[in-house]
Amino acid sequence: MKKLSVKSVVAIGIGAALFFVLGKVSIPTPVPNTYISLQYAIQAVFATLFGPIAGLLIGFIGHTLIDMTSYGPWWSWIIASACAGLIIGLIALKLDVNEGIDKKKIVLFNVAQVIAHLLAWGVVAPVLDILIYAEPMNKVFSQGLVAGVANIVTTGVVGSLLLFAYAKTIVKKGSLSKED
Amino acid sequence: MAKVAVLSYIKRKSPVHDLVGTTKLIFFLAWSVAVMVTYDTRVLVCFLIGSFAIFKLSKVKIKEISFVLGLAAVFLLMNNLFVYLFSPEYGVDLYGSRTLLFTIAGRYTITAQQLFYHLNMTMKVVCVIPVALIFIACTDPSEFAASLASIGVSYRIGYSVSLALRYIPDIQREYHNISQAQQARGIDLSGKDKFFTRLKNSVAILLPLILSSLNRIETISNAMELRGFGKKKKRTWYVQRKMERNDYITLFLSVAVLVFSMVVTFWDGNRYFNPFL
Repeated sequence: MKKLSVKSVVAIGIGAALFFVLGKVSIPTPVPNTYISLQYAIQAVFATLFGPIAGLLIGFIGHTLIDMTSYGPWWSWIIASACAGLIIGLIALKLDVNEGIDKKKIVLFNVAQVIAHLLAWGVVAPVLDILIYAEPMNKVFSQGLVAGVANIVTTGVVGSLLLFAYAKTIVKKGSLSKED
Repeated sequence: MAKVAVLSYIKRKSPVHDLVGTTKLIFFLAWSVAVMVTYDTRVLVCFLIGSFAIFKLSKVKIKEISFVLGLAAVFLLMNNLFVYLFSPEYGVDLYGSRTLLFTIAGRYTITAQQLFYHLNMTMKVVCVIPVALIFIACTDPSEFAASLASIGVSYRIGYSVSLALRYIPDIQREYHNISQAQQARGIDLSGKDKFFTRLKNSVAILLPLILSSLNRIETISNAMELRGFGKKKKRTWYVQRKMERNDYITLFLSVAVLVFSMVVTFWDGNRYFNPFL
């Protein structure tokens, strides 16, 4: 494995801290007892900026910390969070957001996050739930699907807006023009 | 938004606190793996008793972790409820026999097998909770990074974890400040606004948070680079302690726990203990 750069090490640490803090903030949704998980939007943005390994570890460390300080670790969902970050990073790293952003890049970012969350919550989480906790199949798949769709909506709306806003703050190459 | 109550390190003198971080980490991992694999009631009962014994030993007071226990109770209740709503006779399939106790309505029956399944499932979660909480409450965060490195995780990742633990309070404060400032400007996240407005409003808080975090990343990584972080293959830790007698005993116990649970669980062929046969 390639060695992690110093910047990734720090990005993982700060990203995991952000994931944790936002995971503890609860913003209500129309459905009772469910909350908007803003942490997945942040994870997607960081995975896009810093790559798959960062996405994976931010999800793993952040989610483990959230679980450990609230009700003990639920490993299947922790691993699913990590997978989501990994997949988004694998697809979206090529976007090179620092070079500016356009509609095509936002579409690709959303394709990446939809694939990632569908795989993570529609496949990884339920399958591990069955393997580890032997829960009934229809329960884990419906639960995973609901969580997946919620995360896709959150990441799609918040993540895309964040990327747009972030790209605007970067000074692009050749943005200065010579005065006549 | 008030500050969220979060479980953290509680400094105290106890046999559990005195153990080296590495030992506690290995014990915790062995314990979680053992509990994850088994579904055997006999093993789970042993683990349950064991976890309460460790809790007693750690001198952590119930009062200090009661809010966490409340969350865990709600979580367990919801989980059990959903399992029952979706598959009221799942236990019947699992244990291969059916003892009907009574019927509530339609397909919602109460069978002995289903109750037994719920009991096992709940125990499986409950066994890990005290051990996980004690691990958090009794391990010095700065020692934790050292112990990750000592069980073979790359020290870079260990350092990431320790950075995360170090910056959680800072980021929490910053989130709080930004959200108060935005609330003063009329941006609301509570239930009073429409769902999509709320989602959009959250961007107004997250964007400053991300930008300041990116600045923070820049500053910290420059400082680390200047000090030559990552030049060598290995790294020593200021807080790392030497192992003592109790550590070796605990390490031995971790292996024993794993072996015991595997042997008892798989003695009769599969991971379930079936009293209905």
